[in-house]
Amino acid sequence: MRKNVSALVAGLIFGLGLVIAEMVNPAKVLAFLDVSGHWDPSLAFVMGAALIVTAVGYRLVWKMRQPVFAAAFIVPQTREVDRRLAFGAVLFGIGWGLAGLCPGPAIAALSFGGAPAWVFLGAMSAGVAMFDLSPLAAPRKQPVAA
Amino acid sequence: MTEFTPVSAAIGGALIGLSAVMLMALNGRIAGISGLFSGAFFSEAGDRAWRGFFLIGLVAAPLIYTLSRKAQPAFEITSSLPVIIVAGLLVGFGTRLGSGCTSGHGVCGMSRLSVRSMAAVALFMASGAITVALAKLAVGG
Repeated sequence: MRKNVSALVAGLIFGLGLVIAEMVNPAKVLAFLDVSGHWDPSLAFVMGAALIVTAVGYRLVWKMRQPVFAAAFIVPQTREVDRRLAFGAVLFGIGWGLAGLCPGPAIAALSFGGAPAWVFLGAMSAGVAMFDLSPLAAPRKQPVAA
Repeated sequence: MTEFTPVSAAIGGALIGLSAVMLMALNGRIAGISGLFSGAFFSEAGDRAWRGFFLIGLVAAPLIYTLSRKAQPAFEITSSLPVIIVAGLLVGFGTRLGSGCTSGHGVCGMSRLSVRSMAAVALFMASGAITVALAKLAVGG
């Protein structure tokens, strides 16, 4: 239960961050990716600030023996840059560049993005299911406790 | 075309970072939305509920913003529905195959200097920028 409440609050803060940063606006995202046009570098500031807070915060958190409501920190341990990672990232980037939505904003936009947001989320869910129901999902390495 | 908004961008980004740190400190988990979302349906039964609660928070946050500001967040999308469908499929499948998206690789992974995440971010930023450039050429923009 406590795990669910903390996740709910973390989701609220994450969503507020996306809204305040205007990352929920596809036009803003596409203006960031449009480096040869009227470039809007705002999203670099979103990522920069998020990275600074997370880098410092993670280091402090990992000094604790374990998370407050869980037995262990679960952090991906895979190290190799393989073809799956590269191919997946390129496909994601193409989709991101076509619509200006990535998974977080796509979910956050449901209450105000109208039909396009729902259609995108439906298609995204289908894409997720295509992967997770396929044999590709099977050899996925389980994250190991740090 | 949108205006450069470094201050609100940095405040929003800091909140995203705060959320990631909080989820790690309390639940011991990475705040990667693509993994969180897919895991709400495809992970082991006992590992689904907290993901659902995070996603409820993500959907509810803009409603709170709208109530307090009495205005909805801006949402401008010009892509046609067929393009939106193709984009959604690529984002869903690509983030799963590539083990993460803008949050999992871009924030959580890069903050711990993961080489995989840095490679993924470089690739999806590059392919996103190339896609936007090609789309502009295609419509003669």
